[in-house]
Amino acid sequence: MRVEIKFGGYGGQGIILMGNITARAAVLYDNKNAIFTPSYGPEARGGAASSNVVISDDEIDYPYVTHPDILVVMSQGAYEKFAPLLKDGGKLIVDEDLVKLKNGEGDVAKVAATRIAEEMGKRIVANIVMLGFFTGVTKILSYEAIKKAVLAAVPERFRELNEEALERGYKKGIEWQKE
Amino acid sequence: MKMEVKFYSGNVAAAEGAIAAGCRFFAGYPITPSSEIAEYMSRRLPQVGGIFVQMEDELASMAAILGASWGGLKTMTATSGPGFSLMQENIGLGAMTETPCVVVNVQRAGPSTGMPTLVGQGDVMQSRWGSHGDYELIALSPSSPQECFDLTIRAFNLAEEYRVPTMLLMDESTAHMYEKVVVPPADKIKVVERKRPRVAPEKYLPFKPARNMVPPMACAGEGYRVHVTGLTHDERGYPQTTDPEVQEKLVRRLCDKIRKNERKMRDMEILHMDDAELALISFGISARSSKAAVNRARKKGYKVALIRLKTIWPFPEEYFEKIADDIKNFLVVEINYGQLKYEVERNVGKGRVHHLPKFGGAVHTPEEIYAKIKEVYNGN
Repeated sequence: MRVEIKFGGYGGQGIILMGNITARAAVLYDNKNAIFTPSYGPEARGGAASSNVVISDDEIDYPYVTHPDILVVMSQGAYEKFAPLLKDGGKLIVDEDLVKLKNGEGDVAKVAATRIAEEMGKRIVANIVMLGFFTGVTKILSYEAIKKAVLAAVPERFRELNEEALERGYKKGIEWQKE
Repeated sequence: MKMEVKFYSGNVAAAEGAIAAGCRFFAGYPITPSSEIAEYMSRRLPQVGGIFVQMEDELASMAAILGASWGGLKTMTATSGPGFSLMQENIGLGAMTETPCVVVNVQRAGPSTGMPTLVGQGDVMQSRWGSHGDYELIALSPSSPQECFDLTIRAFNLAEEYRVPTMLLMDESTAHMYEKVVVPPADKIKVVERKRPRVAPEKYLPFKPARNMVPPMACAGEGYRVHVTGLTHDERGYPQTTDPEVQEKLVRRLCDKIRKNERKMRDMEILHMDDAELALISFGISARSSKAAVNRARKKGYKVALIRLKTIWPFPEEYFEKIADDIKNFLVVEINYGQLKYEVERNVGKGRVHHLPKFGGAVHTPEEIYAKIKEVYNGN
């Protein structure tokens, strides 16, 4: 089955990396097909940033995300820009401190990813907390796969930090599932 | 050794394909959306004993890869539209001097500097006859990072076998998307080397063709005397600039070694052809949207086929002549205002070749192709 995922936020949050790690995890460690298409050009260097992932067990023909099944947003701007694209019955995942929801969203999963990262003393890992949460909530990828992909993407001295960030987010995701 | 699964962008896959094919010299001038190829090669080539040179411009880049090829190496450059235009003069020199090399053109929207970061497919005709005079080249077009890897290897093999500059006609979308790439072990990858002369140096005629119309190639420093010129030359390589017979013999061979070997260069994916009434023709990124649309139309009962060209030049004329009577309508889908369309028309006849252009900056959605399929199919 084809699943379309869009990550949105502002430049510097690591939004492009989130897409890259997600698709990489699917291809290299979960034996699926996946395509990652980053936003490219001026918009990727400051301002609104987004990245797109298509995951499927079958061959993927059209590589782009038009109406995401899952939308992960970490800024108000990205939320307002991309929320209207969400597929009917699609899942919205937000950083609850950074996104003020309007009415009418169906299935919203909220996490304070940036606050959790700040509690760890490293705001920069907010995107990894969010990836952990995304993994726990959606179950599209195995935790092992996303962990391997995260650890492969960061310098060795930051591995422990990122692993902790991922785990904290993942636990929140599992908790959300139970609620 | 076994298959390795990688997660590459199209640009990186093309660079890795080049390394796997034996490319050991890259000269280039970075330009969006091809820059990652130069960047990656600058890191990767020294690891395998190769040479990377950042040149002052694209004219010099093309000249450098011709020179290094005559020095005995497999060579490549990578560029996009504006740079591809600057390379044309020396691409012609490469065709005339029968110099194996690979030119990657990651197409963006043109003309001129156009839209640097956005997709286009407007260099189809330029990749065939962008330089002056009569000649034929080979151009391949990948639709995925996997094919960027595979077809770069094939481009090197064809360049070596036929002694001709070979174009890899990519596009921005395929270059920047990341996807699974399966890399076979080195000993499972077919790599072709140029034919070397077998005769003694004093008997060697550098432009005397073998049976496949391609002359064996001696490179500088191998003990053979070579004379390389863009002027019309005889089999010794000497200029013969006033003899029309020498000109005819040379140009006929330069074109025929490609035209008459077309079947060996032919490469396409054909889908649902058996009972088809309408055939879509596409390549590169557009072919992926086309495939999605064709599969959807099939589910709705439309008898639609897809012909996805991986080798664009030489165009598979013989194939299209063969299927011309079986198919009622053709629909060419490309990100330009009509280029490959003319080649299809020329081969199957005008009037039933429909066209769905896109002007660059965006890729066709499957929905708009599907709508066009319905329109053509129902005769509206």
